[in-house]
Parts: sequence; C-alpha cells; structure tokens
Amino acid sequence: MNFDFSDDQKQLRDQARRFLAEKCTSKAVRQVLEGKDTYDRSLWKGLAELGFLGVAIPEEFGGSGAGHLELCVIAEELGRVVAPVPFASSIYLAAEAIMLAGTDAQKRKYLPGLASGEKIGTLALFEGKGKLSPAAIKAQVANGAVSGTKTPVPDGEIADFAIVVARSGNSGRESDIALYIVDLTGKGVERRSLQSIDPTHNQAEIKFNGAPAELLGRADEGWSNLTRVLDRAAVLVAFEQVGGAERALEMGRDYALDRMAFGRPIGSFQAVKHILADMYVSATLARSNAYYAAWALSTNSSELAEAAAAARISATQAFQHCSKQNIQVHGGMGFTWEFDCHLYYRRSNALALGLGSMSYWEDQLIDRMRTRNTEAA
Amino acid sequence: MNFDDTPQEAKFRSEVRSWIAANAPKELESELKEASLGRIKLKSGDVLQLSKEWQKKKAKGGWACLQWPKEYGGRGSTPIERVIWQQEEGIYNKLGAPFLIGQGMCGPVLMTYANDDVKKRYLPPLASGDEIWCQLFSEPSAGSDVAGLRTRAEKDGNDWIVNGQKIWTSGAHYSDYGLLVVRTDPNVPKHQGLSMFFLDMKSPGVEIRPIKQASGASEFNEVYFTNVRIPDKQRLGNVGEGWNVALTTLMNERYAIGSGVATGFPEIFDYCNSLMTEDGPAIDDRAVRSKLATWATRTSGLKYTTYRTISALSRGERPGPENSIGKLVAGSMLQEIATFALDLQGAAGVLVDNDQKEVAGQFQKMVLSSPSSRIAGGTDEVMRNIIAERVLGLPGDIRVDKDVPFNKIPTKGRA
Repeated sequence: MNFDFSDDQKQLRDQARRFLAEKCTSKAVRQVLEGKDTYDRSLWKGLAELGFLGVAIPEEFGGSGAGHLELCVIAEELGRVVAPVPFASSIYLAAEAIMLAGTDAQKRKYLPGLASGEKIGTLALFEGKGKLSPAAIKAQVANGAVSGTKTPVPDGEIADFAIVVARSGNSGRESDIALYIVDLTGKGVERRSLQSIDPTHNQAEIKFNGAPAELLGRADEGWSNLTRVLDRAAVLVAFEQVGGAERALEMGRDYALDRMAFGRPIGSFQAVKHILADMYVSATLARSNAYYAAWALSTNSSELAEAAAAARISATQAFQHCSKQNIQVHGGMGFTWEFDCHLYYRRSNALALGLGSMSYWEDQLIDRMRTRNTEAA
Repeated sequence: MNFDDTPQEAKFRSEVRSWIAANAPKELESELKEASLGRIKLKSGDVLQLSKEWQKKKAKGGWACLQWPKEYGGRGSTPIERVIWQQEEGIYNKLGAPFLIGQGMCGPVLMTYANDDVKKRYLPPLASGDEIWCQLFSEPSAGSDVAGLRTRAEKDGNDWIVNGQKIWTSGAHYSDYGLLVVRTDPNVPKHQGLSMFFLDMKSPGVEIRPIKQASGASEFNEVYFTNVRIPDKQRLGNVGEGWNVALTTLMNERYAIGSGVATGFPEIFDYCNSLMTEDGPAIDDRAVRSKLATWATRTSGLKYTTYRTISALSRGERPGPENSIGKLVAGSMLQEIATFALDLQGAAGVLVDNDQKEVAGQFQKMVLSSPSSRIAGGTDEVMRNIIAERVLGLPGDIRVDKDVPFNKIPTKGRA
C-alpha cells in the first residue's frame, strides 16, 4: 500500500511552497483584502508561468497533463497561504466542467486560455440565499440567450466567461436544467462586485439579459453534470481547506511556544495544549479523508461521489475549527487586524459555503452511503 | 497513491490467505461476526479455551507473534507483514484478546531486559498461548500518574517481599504470569525509585478480586499483594530503573495499529437506516443526517489515517505517537452515538427489559460501558497531552513533584 503522494508530487509541493512563500506573503494577500485590487495579478501570472494552472489539463489542450493528484498538491499549498487568486473558479470549476462535459471543439476553444491564465472562468450557479437544489434554479435560456440573476458568483467581476446553470425549458423538472458557457464581456451581461466576509476572493452579482449562451454537455444532463463538477471541485477545495487548517494549527502552536504568561510559555498550560491537540486531530482526519478523495478523483473511481462529500465535510469542519481556535490561542492579539489569524478565519467560513452549504453535502454523503448499503445487501 | 500491495506483500498476503482458509475455526465465524462490542461471549464454548486452541494452531503453523524472532516462537516478520496478517485474520482476531497484553506489552519487555535463559523459558509459551501474562501497573492512587505507584518491594536476602495493591488488571484471573512494577526506594524522587519484576500469579500472597464496574459488568480485577516473595532473578532491568522498563511497555501500545477501534458508527447508521418514526425513516431527518454525516467522516478519517500509517510501515518507517488519535476520536464518538441512539427511542430508550428493549439493548449497553473507552489505556486528557508534547512539540507540564523524594510528596487534597 502506498496511500501517499509520490516523491515527484512531494517535490512539486516543495516547489509550490517555496514560490508561494516568496510571492504570496501576508502583505500581498492584504492588498486584495483591503481592496487595492480584485485579485493578485502578479501571483496569477506567476502560477501560470510555472504551469500550475494546467497540471490537470491534457497537453493537447494546453496543459501539462500531469494529473489531479498534482492539482491536489497545489491546492493544498494555495490554501496554506490564503492565496487571493481565482484559482478555484477558473480551474476546479470552469476547467473541470469543460473537461467533463465539453465537446472537443469547446475544449480546444476554452482550455488553453484557462491553462495559460490568459482567460479566467467561473461557475454561475447560485440565485440568492437558500439551499442548493434544482428547484432553486430559475435562470432561463430561450433562443440561445440566457436571462436571470446569479448571486453570488465567485470571481464574477474578474472572469471572462462563466458556466451558467439555467433552464432550457419550462417543465419545472430537473431535466430542464442545462449548463451553458456565457461570455461575460459580451452583450446582455451586467455585473457588480459584492462585499463579503472574505474580501480576498471576489464575489459578484451578474444579471443576464438575453446574453448569448453556448450549450455545454447534453441539455437534459445539466444537473447531473453540475453535481459531478461540484464533487470534483469539493476534493480540490478540501485540499485548500486542509492546507489552511494546518497552517492555522502551526500559527497557534508557534504562538503558544513564544507567548509568555504567568511566567511560562502559554503552550505549557494543558488548557492551551488540549485546544491545539484537538486542532491536530481534526486536521489529521480531514487530511486522511482528502487523500482518499484524491485517490478516487485521480482514478475516476465509482466511489468519488461519496469520497468527495466526506472530504468536503471533514475539511470544512477542520478548517473552521482550526481557524477559530487559532484566534482563541492567540487571545486578544488574534482579534487584531494586524495579525493574520482573521485571514484564515474569513477564508474558512467563506470556503464552507462556496460549493453549497453543509446540509447539501450531508445529504450527498448520506444518500450515497445509503445507496451503497442497499446495493451491498 | 494506491492501495496495492508490493509484489512481495502480495505474495505474503496470498500465503496468509490460503493458510487461514485451510485452518481458521469457521464454525465460529458467524458468532464472532456478531460479537462486535465489549468482551465477547460465545455459545459454542468457553472463549478462553477456543482462543487458546486458535493461538496454538497459529503457533504450530508459524503464525504466532509474527514480528518476534523465530527462536522465541515468532516468525521474524516485518511490521507490514504483521499488518497484512491482521487484515487477513479478520474476525478471528477477536480470539486473540486474552493474549494481547502479554504478547503486545510484556513480551517486548522480556525481549529487551531479560537474560537468555528467561527468554528461552518464557517467550515461546507466551507466543503459543500456552501461558498468559498480565500487566500490573495501575494502582488506586496511580492512574494517569502511574509513576506515583505505592506498592512496595523490600529486599530480603535474594528475594524481594512485595506488599500493596494493583487495579484494572485485565485477565489477572486467568493469567499465569504478571509483569509488575513496584517501588523499591521511597526516599528518592518518584521516577527513580521503581523496579520491574515478573512473577507467577499463583504465588502465595497474591489475591485476585474482580472489580464490579459502573456498568455492572466485571472485566477487570484488583490484585492484592501480601508478603509476596519474588526471587531477585525475576527482576527486569536494574534496581531503580523500573520506569524506563515500563516506558518500553507503554511504547508498545502501538501494537494496536491496524486493528481498528470500535466507534459505534456502523451500528448507528444501520439503526437510523431501519428505524421508522412518525415522520418517516429516521435517516431522512435533517438533524439525524447531520450527526450521521459528522460521525461518518470521523470514522472514515480514522480508517484512512490508519492506511497512511500502514503506508509508512510499508516504506520501512516507524510510526510515531500520531496514532494516539484513534482512541481519542473513537472513545468520545462511541459515547455520543450511544446517547443519541437512546434519544431516538424516546422515553422507551431508558428500557433494557427483555420484552421491550430496542435492537437487543445494544445502545443501552453502549451508554453504560462507553465511559471506560475514554479512560482505559490513557485518558482522553493524557492522549491530548501526548499529541501536544510529542507531536506538536509543546513543553511538558511543570512538575511540582519532580525533584521531591517520593515519601515527601503530598498525598492529601482537601485537608
């Protein structure tokens, strides 16, 4: 058994870590946090130059074709430094959707731009508050043009095009739902940035008013393709969350070793030690679940759906737990703007929602486990 | 990233598989499958006897204590081969319970500290299950602080005379020998005044009494020592170095890697999947799903953490204290699950009456027995200290009794 990343993949991790330590400093993240720009353009360019955007995109479409395990490795490193770039929107969502459902022509048209970073894609899915479900999709396509309002759209202000989830008919059934590629720089698109709890990632509202829409995948398979894309993205985001959780744990550990109170390092108090031990436990469980999902993703296993949901839930809980407790270990200093604790706290709470809230993923996991149980019986 | 055996591992696995297929006591298979929680009982016969028979068979086939040297009844296997054996032995593993402490903890101490004669005499029958060993460490006033133990041994010629009391000794009543740590010098700080011995459990002056636990069951014992005479040649390690010898034992708690700990999750999932409420199946309830999902991911998280450990073994690395998370996570989960299952049953959840208990009262049993899973083998708090100090590198606690002679350490709380 070798349930671990290979030596080559670990080398890639080290390379990414070195690069990000230099380029994605707290100062750089704060440029976006404080609204100086919508994302870190020079970091984005650097990631593209190193070929990180295209590791899972086949060579014939402009990537390096290394694979999804390599993408998981990079995701973890991006999560560790709360990178303020549209990586998830463009690569885990848009590129994955096109690789999964696109025709050869569509792959040739869109993937090279995504791999080189010249084009940025996203997924326009949500339509306001509430749980992710087919019934929540109201956007409508008629005569090849989409109308409706999507909010929040991650990186909606930045993206060049979006995969839009919309209805192709009006039967009200799930089979009406289809995926479309829509040029966000063209006509019939109106967008504006929205404030959010995590300004290091852009959020936008996009109003479509007869924008030209190009069908992606079969018109009656939109919802099942969407869930498959979300499963794949969940695995990759889980690695970002694991990276963030472990970084938060390290920050808490380091602070507990340095900070003195009552004449001793606070890390010598059991009340503090136990907080950190519990952070280690949740981060470790999340990492192990993420590994299994990475294996399922890279081998296109039939267990991917269940593994992705488990990884998503585990990593979401771990990152939220670790980022929250990191502030607690830091005490008052952890609640200052100056310390980086809040960057992780913000990111953990934003990532927890981006692919649909916890209840959606709990349903995915339990339904899939139940199906497997019934099949086994 | 894969779950595949190396060619060498695959060859070993197929050898194990065919031996088990030809030799395992298949007549016990269904009963062992059901015996999922707690101490097992078998209708087919006396568990201890059946366990000894299986162990004997394994020993004859060369499959006992795989990682021990051949000359002491083992097979000289690598750690990964032991894990493969354990995976393939599957449910028959449960028959190994009476030997776990002797083979997992006492054996390694003998291997490290005993002379050749002692090793040749005692290790082979320990491996074959002919002789069972227990471990006599904990005391009523020495639990997490085991080095604070008070059982005394005083030198008398070539013997030592032991007086005191041990507690929580699993299997003392059917054990032939015991590994015993005692205080040989109360005038020095606590860690420096301990010595390790082994003794015949039938020695005059040894009295074993079962403990009635909070759950009502009796799975452990108290062992009393009244002027028990132990020859000095049964000492392991130097006088005053018993703590270091004890640490060797405690380090071998890692023996459990890959065997899996009870979480209660399969039971609660099946229960919620089959339970009908007035609003429909319990598993369709939003609150139920949320809890199941969290427990499911903790359970799978533990499983794949074990896989990562096995991968490290397969690469020839030695796994470290990271493995303490298994017990920590599983123990409290078991308790949460049991409490939740009773709540699903409403007021009737209180019942264990034969006529009216739900799913054979398994969750009621779990409620009452689960507190021990957070204490035995290191409390949750001790496990967290281990993770914090040995994995995360945080400083040890300030020890107020560190340089104080043992007999000057305060023993009263509220005066």
